[in-house]
Amino acid sequence: MTETIWTDVGALDQVPRLGARVVRTPQGCVALFRTVDDRAFALEDRCPHKGGPLSQGIVHGANVTCPLHNWVLSLETGEAQGADAGRAATFPLKVEAGRILVDLSALAGQPVLGKAS
Amino acid sequence: MHHVQKEALEAAASPAPRQRLVIVGNGMSPGRALEKLFEAAPEAYKVTIFNAEPRVNYDRIMLSPVLSGEKTFDQIVIHGDGWYVDHGVTLYKGHRVVAIDRDARTVTSEHGVVEPYDKLIIATGSTPIVLPVPGCKLAGVLTYRDLDDVTAMLLVARSRGHAVVIGGGLLGLEAAIGLREQGMEVSVVHLMPTLMERQLDTPSGLLLAQAIEARGVRVHTGANTREILGTDPGAGPSRVRAVLLDDGTELPADLVVMAVGIRPSAALARDAGLAVNRGIVVGPDMRTSDPDIFALGECAEARGQCFGLVAPLYEMAAIVAAQLAGDATAAFNPSATATKLKVTGINLFSAGDFSEGEDRQEIVLRDAARGVYRRLALKEDRLIGVVLYGDVAHGAWLFDLLKRGADISDLRETMMFGPGAAGGAPLDPTAAVAALPDDAEICGCNGVCKGKIVDTIRAKGLRSLDGVRAHTKASASCGSCTGLVEQVIKLTLGDAYEAASVQPVCGCTALGHDDVRRLIVAKALKSIPAVMQALDWTSSCGCAKCRPALNYYLLAAWPGEYQDDGQSRFINERVHANIQKDGTYSVVPRMWGGVTSAAELRAIADVVDKFAIPTVKVTGGQRIDLLGVRKAQLPAVWADLNAAGLISGAAYAKGLRTVKTCVGSDWCRFGTQDSTGLGVKLEKFLWGSWTPAKVKLAVSGCPRNCAEATCKDVGVICVDSGYDIVFAGAAGLDIKGTEALGHAETEAETIEIIAALVQLYREQGRYLERIYKWAKRVGAAAIKAQVVDDAEKRRALYDRFVVSQHFAQTDPWAERVAGKDAHEFVPIADLALAAEGRR
Repeated sequence: MTETIWTDVGALDQVPRLGARVVRTPQGCVALFRTVDDRAFALEDRCPHKGGPLSQGIVHGANVTCPLHNWVLSLETGEAQGADAGRAATFPLKVEAGRILVDLSALAGQPVLGKAS
Repeated sequence: MHHVQKEALEAAASPAPRQRLVIVGNGMSPGRALEKLFEAAPEAYKVTIFNAEPRVNYDRIMLSPVLSGEKTFDQIVIHGDGWYVDHGVTLYKGHRVVAIDRDARTVTSEHGVVEPYDKLIIATGSTPIVLPVPGCKLAGVLTYRDLDDVTAMLLVARSRGHAVVIGGGLLGLEAAIGLREQGMEVSVVHLMPTLMERQLDTPSGLLLAQAIEARGVRVHTGANTREILGTDPGAGPSRVRAVLLDDGTELPADLVVMAVGIRPSAALARDAGLAVNRGIVVGPDMRTSDPDIFALGECAEARGQCFGLVAPLYEMAAIVAAQLAGDATAAFNPSATATKLKVTGINLFSAGDFSEGEDRQEIVLRDAARGVYRRLALKEDRLIGVVLYGDVAHGAWLFDLLKRGADISDLRETMMFGPGAAGGAPLDPTAAVAALPDDAEICGCNGVCKGKIVDTIRAKGLRSLDGVRAHTKASASCGSCTGLVEQVIKLTLGDAYEAASVQPVCGCTALGHDDVRRLIVAKALKSIPAVMQALDWTSSCGCAKCRPALNYYLLAAWPGEYQDDGQSRFINERVHANIQKDGTYSVVPRMWGGVTSAAELRAIADVVDKFAIPTVKVTGGQRIDLLGVRKAQLPAVWADLNAAGLISGAAYAKGLRTVKTCVGSDWCRFGTQDSTGLGVKLEKFLWGSWTPAKVKLAVSGCPRNCAEATCKDVGVICVDSGYDIVFAGAAGLDIKGTEALGHAETEAETIEIIAALVQLYREQGRYLERIYKWAKRVGAAAIKAQVVDDAEKRRALYDRFVVSQHFAQTDPWAERVAGKDAHEFVPIADLALAAEGRR
């Protein structure tokens, strides 16, 4: 297993409630989501269906609806909900003193994820 | 003499002359009596009704929902005009009967009509009590009794001022909540220490007071009204200004509603020499001291008691009908009645007697955190009183035990938790209904028991709630038993039951689009969380289906007031560009009426070069699409386009898209009018408006129709005499030619009609419902009637559209160039850049 490396990517307040922001990485984009009750999640910014940018979707509960074809993915597991099958990669995330820390070590050595949006 | 002649004619026409039945009063009880009478003896009587109110029979219990805006008057009419015609009933509307002549056997109305009777029913109802305090006659002091009172209250409520309701009983509280929902600041003044003390014990009365205060109504209990204060008579006609309490508190009031009780209206009967006590005295057969005269309803006093709730009044009506039909044994035996408060969201059920006494025991369940309170009063192993607050699901079952006087010794430990609890089975509501015996009453208003519903479903082959309502009257009055009735239907039919056909907005609610829109306005809900809270959304923050719909409905209902919620918009409307399959965006500037210039084209070309935009394409709506723009580039692209005077074309919006035109009379040898100019004017008038779904227009200069106006949402075909307006076309998923809307002689009239049409669509269309689907649902004729035929309605719609446009016509691109929602367009962190920097 890769070692956990926490990267400070910004303040929780910079992500709108029920919204998302993007972290650009050399391997592609990671989407940060914030729920109505201020929980935060990090997922690869790429829908398992047709590669839609999840960061552009509507956040509801602990789910996001992909803007391209309305797949609904769990922010907690990255799994597609309902009848659809597929999974977006998730990344460990914690919020400390209002800062968002993400462990992106799983990306190291990975091919490019999605296109930059 | 006239009447004798008429009588002779009638006698000659029918072999067995019918008896003449005259009814004084047209409330719910005589209405019910007639229904029963026509069932039992359809040909026995020729009926004449005198109604002091100038209208048909309506459901007085439902006035509170009319006041709160949840229902309209039409929805609470019990017998429309047609019913009276069908049954050969003569109805004098607005005729008060002033005298009964028992010797001549006639009644006389205030307008001089004299009507002879063989049998007479007095159903004069009751009058609300007005407290005789100083100032009680001031303008602005009302009672709460009939539709006129509701209309008067609604008129004052428009000013959104202060209202004081005197009386914290059932009616007073419903009035208070209704006025609050209309936007008034409301206080309730109640003489007793707790609210609704006749139906509730102290703990549930206190819980109720909390719930009422949580709705924004201030409650003053143990408060006596000393005086009603008026405005300074020097400043015009004096009207109510405040209510002064005994303790010196002064409550400001633009409206005072007295709801302190009713008094039977017995004066007419007293003047006619009939026995009158508090009400008109009747025997168990409902006959007064004159056997040919019945008294019925709130004016009657039976077994020493007057009645105000609908269930015993309907029982009286059944007895009167049976007696009139010849059943001399029919007798009125009032049974226990149950009360429910008709305030959406407050669940309250009470029945029987729950006063404390030595021979009585009680079982109480309290769950303060959940706002649950249940109290059962027992006497000698019989249930004699029930108060349920918060969760009233078992009300019907308990009430049935109470009414039957069942021996509950075996149920004593579990009955608090309902019929399912005895066997430890889960609390399936259908199981609770299945456990009810056939004679258990389901609908208290109309006295319909379970067996009657089940039998009627089987006998008539009913499949729906509406069918059951039509044939049994169950759930047709106050509607609070609707859930129970549905469960009885489900139980009887199993899978064959066709549940209500209203399609819910989404999985988060059982309400359909129309109900949600109506309640947003009726309850003055002004944010998405407020809607979800008030309408009992089942999810914490909605879903991708309901949130955009709610955002639109709120925007349409409260222009200038509602704060648009970007996070509830689809990405295209949030960032004002169209997302493409690769996550890039397309940018389409407005090109008014499809007209452009060298300067605009040059600016577009420069933007394409500067940002290396990969694809430039002409759209179907006569404008230019720039495809493949990265999100981070959008504000800079817009800044350059704005600088050349180009604004967002809203090619992404559920709103006005394009107005396609042909060149018209300026150039075309066939053109009859300036179609291009009108197209530009329409686009400049309509742009920026949000609508349920996209709206596309076209204007053609002659009937050759080069702008293809006859497959658009709205089209104009110019002709020599003016402008033919068409609408409800489609050329996408469905293909459909337009329908004629109307003809206008001037451009101004054309624009007014189209703006009114768009506004009506904005107010009635369901989210994502295109104009042609809306028109199919509500009917093109109904739309035409409002936006073309009725000039006043059209103007009102037009005015509302103009108000809304006042807040809508801001270029979203310019706002974002100036920095709005800047976070949307930049990453929160750029680790790629950091990585490059380290290299």
